[in-house]
Amino acid sequence: MAMPALKTEEAAAAPAAAQLPPAAIHALPPRNSPSTERLIRGASAFAAQVLPPLFTLVLLLGLWQFMMASRTDGLPAPTTIWLESKELILNPFFDNGGIDKGLFWHVLTSLKRVAVGFSLSAIVGVALGVLIGSNKWAHRGLDPIFQVLRTVPPLAWLPISLAAFHQANPSALFVIFITAIWPVIINTAVGVRNIPQDYINVGRVLRLSPLEFFVRIMLPAATPYIFTGLRIGVGMSWLAIVASEMLLGGVGVGFFIWDQYNSSRISDIVVALIWVGLTGYALDRAVALLGRLVSRGSSAS
Amino acid sequence: MTKAYLSIEGLGVSFTRGATTSEVLRDVNLTVDKGEYVSIIGHSGCGKSTLLNIVAGLIPISTGAVILDGQAVEAPGPERAVVFQNHSLLPWLSVYENVKLAVDKVFGSTRSAKERKEWVMHNLALVQMTHAKDKRPSEISGGMKQRVGIARALAMEPKVLLLDEPFGALDALTRAHLQDSVMDIHAKLGNTVIMITHDVDEAVLLSDRIVMMTNGPAAQIGDILNVSLERPRDRLAVAARPDYIRARASVIEFLYARHNLREAA
Repeated sequence: MAMPALKTEEAAAAPAAAQLPPAAIHALPPRNSPSTERLIRGASAFAAQVLPPLFTLVLLLGLWQFMMASRTDGLPAPTTIWLESKELILNPFFDNGGIDKGLFWHVLTSLKRVAVGFSLSAIVGVALGVLIGSNKWAHRGLDPIFQVLRTVPPLAWLPISLAAFHQANPSALFVIFITAIWPVIINTAVGVRNIPQDYINVGRVLRLSPLEFFVRIMLPAATPYIFTGLRIGVGMSWLAIVASEMLLGGVGVGFFIWDQYNSSRISDIVVALIWVGLTGYALDRAVALLGRLVSRGSSAS
Repeated sequence: MTKAYLSIEGLGVSFTRGATTSEVLRDVNLTVDKGEYVSIIGHSGCGKSTLLNIVAGLIPISTGAVILDGQAVEAPGPERAVVFQNHSLLPWLSVYENVKLAVDKVFGSTRSAKERKEWVMHNLALVQMTHAKDKRPSEISGGMKQRVGIARALAMEPKVLLLDEPFGALDALTRAHLQDSVMDIHAKLGNTVIMITHDVDEAVLLSDRIVMMTNGPAAQIGDILNVSLERPRDRLAVAARPDYIRARASVIEFLYARHNLREAA
């Protein structure tokens, strides 16, 4: 009884099987554990970010070495810089008193000046930006003056501030302040003027007081713009500090560069420039990161 | 003559920009009773949004007056809460905080912190949004945002709720859901509602009366239609009723036969 039943099943299955090609068996590569895979993915993403600039750097250094190695005058080749300034490169923390210090201390002194001057320009700049962004008459009265003043180069302010303050340190701070404040003012004003009418209407329907409106709506709405201004401002203040220290003397990376130039130690200047560049980059990233943290969600609608 | 809850009397609005003055509304008269649901319908640019913003107090009146519960409307205020067309939730606040901002402002001096917190949650529950209370507006869908906008407006306990094309930016399914929610809430709370819309079905389904505006400039109220369908209304059951169809037909007739847009013709 069982046999015929089996036969019919076979008969039914046979035509279907004839249409299908036999299934090929593929050997799958052995799977890595998830943590290993994550590690590999992370490493390759890191390499994709780091390798191209590293490649460019090596290429430029090689070109520089190739062009300058055979000459004794002009710019020293990378290898010459390494030989001449080994001490300076390897030990940034020495302090022999006076202005004979490692580069770390010079950069730190400059950074302190930037911290003071830039904080002042951030506070005053946001306040003035809010004023000209929210008041038509303040805008008309102040904006043209600001537009002219902001084009004055940082170093042109130095004689004025020296005449006003008589001392080197406050003059340097003022130069940083006056250089960094314009992008903060202008971007804050744009941010305040661009607050969507809907948010303003919400504030009006709720009858928010001017102070409540400022804290609850205006500041958060303008935050992304404010940080754009702060980021440009911090970069400009770093430009200004190096330039103004060159003229003022004392400790600071700007004066260090000027001092080494007077002693014809070009190699040391190149090392200092790398410090200046990396510090400026770090400042920019730090403000950008702070901006992202503070304005999280502000720009999304 | 009985005094209406909300009355718009001889309202005229014109905007002056430079040397040119444009008249948007002319001699608009309308009374709305307490608990009534009134829709304002008309073609784009007929000044229906202007009319709502006038009642909200967001735009100054040129001539005439708006009187709510015996008081002339001169400035915006929470007793005339607005649900804006594009939700206008503050993106840096969570759903809960958006409603809380309104509740704190309106009831900050009259209710305790605990009562205010419960009131926020109560209103979020009313629009079925308690599950997303800690989400940011950017993390929820358009329909959900509009629900939160409605919760924020309701939380102010307004004398009149102003809806400015509240469902205009939503897809048809979400819109139907929200319309049902608004009908439920209206049935439960008995709010006085003025809603701007350009959707004929929406107007007929939701409203007690439909105010039809003529085309601008100098738009006026062309006609007012009473929708006598009893509540609660079920969108499926109502759609086949002859009085629904008649109401719908007369609004369409007004909009497309009597006051068609000239440039569209």
